[in-house]
Amino acid sequence: MLIKKIVLAAAMLVPAAAFGESAVQLDHAGTDIHNDASLQRGARNFVNYCLGCHSAQYVRWNRVAADLGIGEAELEQYLMFTGGKPFDTMHSAMPRAQAIEWFGVAPPDLSLIARSRGVDYLYTFLRSYYADPSRPTGVNNLVLPNAAMPHVLAGLQGVRTARLELVTHEGQTTPHIVGLGEGSPGTLSAAEYDELVRDTVNFLDYIGEPVKAKRQSMGIWVTLFLLVFWLFTYLLKKEYWKDIH
Amino acid sequence: MKALLGWIDDRFPLTQMWNEQWGKYYAPKNLNNWYYFGSLSLFVLVLQILTGIFLTMNYKPAAAEAFGSVEYIMRDVEWGWLIRYLHSTGASAFFVVVYLHMFRAMLYGSYRKPRELLWIFGMVIYLVLMGEAFFGYLLPWGNMSYWGAQVIVSLFGTLPVIGSGLVEWIRGDFYISDITLNRFFALHVIALPLVLIFLVVAHLLALHEVGSNNPDGIEVKKNKGPDGHPLDSIPSHPYYSVKDLMGLASFLVLFCGVVFFAPAFGGLFLEAPNFEPANPMQTPPHIAPVWYFTPFYAMLRAVPAFFGTQIWGVLVMGAAIVLLFFLPWLDRAPVKSIRYRGPLYKVGLALFVVCFVTLGYCGLKPAVEPFKTLSVVGTIYYFAFFLLMPWYTRIDSHKPEPQRVKYHAH
Repeated sequence: MLIKKIVLAAAMLVPAAAFGESAVQLDHAGTDIHNDASLQRGARNFVNYCLGCHSAQYVRWNRVAADLGIGEAELEQYLMFTGGKPFDTMHSAMPRAQAIEWFGVAPPDLSLIARSRGVDYLYTFLRSYYADPSRPTGVNNLVLPNAAMPHVLAGLQGVRTARLELVTHEGQTTPHIVGLGEGSPGTLSAAEYDELVRDTVNFLDYIGEPVKAKRQSMGIWVTLFLLVFWLFTYLLKKEYWKDIH
Repeated sequence: MKALLGWIDDRFPLTQMWNEQWGKYYAPKNLNNWYYFGSLSLFVLVLQILTGIFLTMNYKPAAAEAFGSVEYIMRDVEWGWLIRYLHSTGASAFFVVVYLHMFRAMLYGSYRKPRELLWIFGMVIYLVLMGEAFFGYLLPWGNMSYWGAQVIVSLFGTLPVIGSGLVEWIRGDFYISDITLNRFFALHVIALPLVLIFLVVAHLLALHEVGSNNPDGIEVKKNKGPDGHPLDSIPSHPYYSVKDLMGLASFLVLFCGVVFFAPAFGGLFLEAPNFEPANPMQTPPHIAPVWYFTPFYAMLRAVPAFFGTQIWGVLVMGAAIVLLFFLPWLDRAPVKSIRYRGPLYKVGLALFVVCFVTLGYCGLKPAVEPFKTLSVVGTIYYFAFFLLMPWYTRIDSHKPEPQRVKYHAH
């Protein structure tokens, strides 16, 4: 109880910047781009929670629909809230200039975010928000300290609190975050929330390289062909070289 | 068919060229697996030129459009992703086969008389290839492209007096900009490939003039048969045609494995920060060149600045490459091949491999311990290996060379 009090007191008093860059151990995302059901749920989450502010300017709606087994009618009815035609790319509804005014920085395009950051980073990031009254958004993030992005999924996850420990280093005692504890609850259980984030990150991984699944399945046939080809070249070489002594 | 060939041969030395350069070019029969990397280098060169042509059909060399056009190739162009991955993997594969090709020369003394000029042509190819790779790396206009170019170009700024003017002249601007991208594109797709093709032709002509070395490092031309051809040599066609075809098939299994299953190769071939567009306002947390430059990058960082200038590291890095040109004259051993050399060179070369790989690894890492110390040790060893070579190759013990090449039919 005492520790909890210290934690809460510290969380109120200490500006987030004091925590500095924390080297967080990233959790394993466990995504699977071959799981179409997960990708479809991820697409739903993406258009509901991400596309309001972020764009995916290199990703075409009808490509997503074709790859994920979604019909064009369903696509327009359930996914394309922001208008446009199926052959358009995914643009955000938020004007860039206003975004900069609101958040200080334009939300980055998410087409390639899984390739530049990795799925484990995204999975951990979206699960590492905690209450921090010193921030204008009221939340902070363990993976990306002082993130400009608010906790968009707070209604689902709830807002967690930071567990702090006082660490004395070179005569100065400062609080350090040792993990996240329970806070205000959301509408989803922790396991359900993890699943929701996993599906969303899976979708981000897919849009990072839409051809990945096809590339890998083609690769198996290419390799098999090349092995057979190699065998023929080996036999050919052996046949010619048997004259050489 | 024969009539057509005769008609051409009366007007152009087609058959003669084919016979001189390949068909009746006699090569030692004991060439082993190390000898695949020459023909593989040629294959990768052709692959890069062909895939490069198709990439330029959709790529836009402008700062505002370059990054998006690469994604357009990856997503919307038919087979664009395959062409792009073949090209990006080909760049790394080029250095893999060229490094192994050069190492083969060091194993069997292929740079020794009368093949000095052959080695020098090869070294110039290596230099031009580095330029080609550097210019090409800017084109995707990712953030690592941008900052990598920024770091490398600014190395020229360490030169006294002309430094800052030279950097400005290279960039064509006060920073890496649209203008820089445009001229790097010109150099990457026209200027350097032309030079490269010319040099490869010169390299092959020189090789076919002096003849191939072999794993025993002895001159096969000393033992000629009644037909005037060396007794231990065989015509390249069909023997090495079919053997190199098998080498190519083996290479393709590995190469396509990377292209189809790991084109980014864990961030070594395509670096993660390069999937973010170039941003002059935001430096990536850690800037490292692509793996094939990192041994030299580690040397650059291993040398401290003194007398108020950073130029010493740049000079050391340049000297590391210049030294390689002098290899034919640094080596004073009476034998060529590692098979007949003494322990000093054998151990020295083994440690050189360890040193080069270690330097490469350090160059990928941030400049912290233990990588700083390892880079310094590696740099010292790299130079000692070459600079002390005239001494230790002379005092080394050597085994007698055989009169004829060793070959076991299998």
